[in-house]
Amino acid sequence: MKIIKDKKIIEDNWTHIADDDKIPKGNITVSLSRWKKEKIKLLARKENTGIRLSPSDKVEDIADDLEQISLVALEFPAFTDGRSFSHAKLLRSRYGFNSEIRAIGNYMPDQVFYLVRVGVNAFQLESPELLDTALSTMNDFTVQYQASSN
Amino acid sequence: MYQYNNDDQTILNERVSQFRGQTERYLKGELGEDEFRALRLMNGLYIQTHAPMLRVAGPYGLLSSKQLRMLAHVARKYDKSYAHITTRQNIQFNWPELKNVPDILADLASVQMHAIQTSGNCLRNTTTDPLAGVCIDEIEDPRPYCEIIRQWTTLHPEFAYLPRKFKIAVSGSEQDRAATQLHDIGLHIIKNGTGEVGFRVLVGGGLGRTPVIGKVIRPFLERKHLLSYLEAIVRVYNLNGRRDNKYKARIKILVRESGIQKMTEWVEAEWQQIKNGMELSDEHIKDIQAHFALPNYEEKASQDTSFESKKEQNSNFSRWVKHNTEKHKTPGYRAVYLSLKAPDTPPGDITSEQLDSVAELADQYSFGEIRTTHRQNLVLADVKQADLFELWEKLKLLSLATPNIGTATDMICCPGLEFCSLANASSISIAKEINEALDDMDYIHDVGDLKINMSGCMNGCAHQSVGHIGILGVDKKGVEWYQLTLGGSSENKAAIGKRLGPAVAKDQITNVITTILDVYIKQRYDAEIFLDTVERIGIIPFKEAVY
Repeated sequence: MKIIKDKKIIEDNWTHIADDDKIPKGNITVSLSRWKKEKIKLLARKENTGIRLSPSDKVEDIADDLEQISLVALEFPAFTDGRSFSHAKLLRSRYGFNSEIRAIGNYMPDQVFYLVRVGVNAFQLESPELLDTALSTMNDFTVQYQASSN
Repeated sequence: MYQYNNDDQTILNERVSQFRGQTERYLKGELGEDEFRALRLMNGLYIQTHAPMLRVAGPYGLLSSKQLRMLAHVARKYDKSYAHITTRQNIQFNWPELKNVPDILADLASVQMHAIQTSGNCLRNTTTDPLAGVCIDEIEDPRPYCEIIRQWTTLHPEFAYLPRKFKIAVSGSEQDRAATQLHDIGLHIIKNGTGEVGFRVLVGGGLGRTPVIGKVIRPFLERKHLLSYLEAIVRVYNLNGRRDNKYKARIKILVRESGIQKMTEWVEAEWQQIKNGMELSDEHIKDIQAHFALPNYEEKASQDTSFESKKEQNSNFSRWVKHNTEKHKTPGYRAVYLSLKAPDTPPGDITSEQLDSVAELADQYSFGEIRTTHRQNLVLADVKQADLFELWEKLKLLSLATPNIGTATDMICCPGLEFCSLANASSISIAKEINEALDDMDYIHDVGDLKINMSGCMNGCAHQSVGHIGILGVDKKGVEWYQLTLGGSSENKAAIGKRLGPAVAKDQITNVITTILDVYIKQRYDAEIFLDTVERIGIIPFKEAVY
């Protein structure tokens, strides 16, 4: 599956693992609750691990783990739920997370510009045919009023 | 007033292109109904009963004559040659066609106007006192801070998908003319013990289904921290506000459920983390303030004697001066209200011809600036007293000189059942009936200071719960009924009106209003205004007379 990362369309090499799935080989993301339970086991693997944050999760709950993970996936159960925007902002500006922040789930290409501004640098869309639209929206505005996290 | 620089203009132009693309994708079926809905709302576009409704921002109510002419042009070219002023100082068009909206926005952008964030679950237009910069009870002009907030809120990337809409109002004077206690955030410019200017910050006020008066979250905020404090409040709200029920999603519910103490702890903790990185420099504030420098007032304006003699000679003029003009900071000048509440027109409506003419008058008499007011009227803020008589005569010809500002017929009224898809009952036709019942100007002036607010549904766009008399249209099995409240206020002593009794039928509403006013006239002491009488005697005497 293709995603956008750092403004380029690339082949994705991550798998999002449900809480009751077996751990496969390769890079995986797990939910915050699974991460908390299986952290040691997950970190013992040689591949990378990422954490998925749902809008109701608290960013501060993973603050101490950020150095050990290489991806935070922010979930959008609905495009109207804007909590992940604040999560991205806090991950970048408060907790200094420098690795991939990826938006996953139900959001619009039209939200990508703002997501980039709050620090999201990777986009996995439910409809991959919209990746080009999403890429083009990154240039919607050339100036802005607020300080940026990207 | 604030003049756009290249960056401001670029943002507007790019916003128009963005929305044009979104509209095209929607019309081609590439963008879903729900998705387009969210995007169009953040461009001020509703789909209403008969046609889309476009809400254009009036940034803190300040417009130039050039902008007014553009509104006239838009009304003429794309609508039915009239516009409507809202309680949040915005301008609405009721009949544009969806396919034309990108063109309308492009026309508006050519005069530094837009419809950005005038709807949707985002940071809305900031409102203020229509007499800002000229009123005699002002601590400091709130408009520069409104402009600073305008820039911060515009396209704020983190706060475009909040649990619900979010409104900020700023007042810079002793008398609150901006209903700041009924906003998600209310800011009062105050001076602390050492004379330093800052803000008292209120949070969690609001109207609608659950009217609540805002609570103080910070008694004094240094002005350099304005944006960091706003950001802290909105971030706490974005992360913690309820998203399970849209009627419980406003920040007022979060404040109620968590308690103001907990809310304050959250906000202060968040603020401590960000305050140092977001300070406003004195220099920046000064730069913005320079945009609102006083116009070139004539020093000799107060030497004029014609004003006093005209008042003596002409009682109608004198009456208009008394009701429709206000004292001004600068001797020899007055602020003039243009009443959009003529008896035979829907409250707050203004035609293209009137808009063009007002633009002319603004150029001629008031430095080319016009303000919109919370009570849906217009203001020319800087008129020489020597010009008032001439201005009055011209306003009369335009039906903009009804001397009813602040009186019973200066009603706030929503579009109601005839225009709005949310409404349960008519409001404009009821306003007309009340106007007809109260057709005697002497009687209206005898009744005096009275604020009647009327909404056609629970959403309360016309702020009925804070009307001295509030009228709320409800639907009972397909029939329109009206619920009355007394004693509400959005001013300094803000209060939510108390319910008078069971709803009354549509054909009874004017009788009920006149009965209420009769009770007041019988019971009042000397110059006691309606609101004070209600507070003193309670609602029982009114109830007994009505039911």
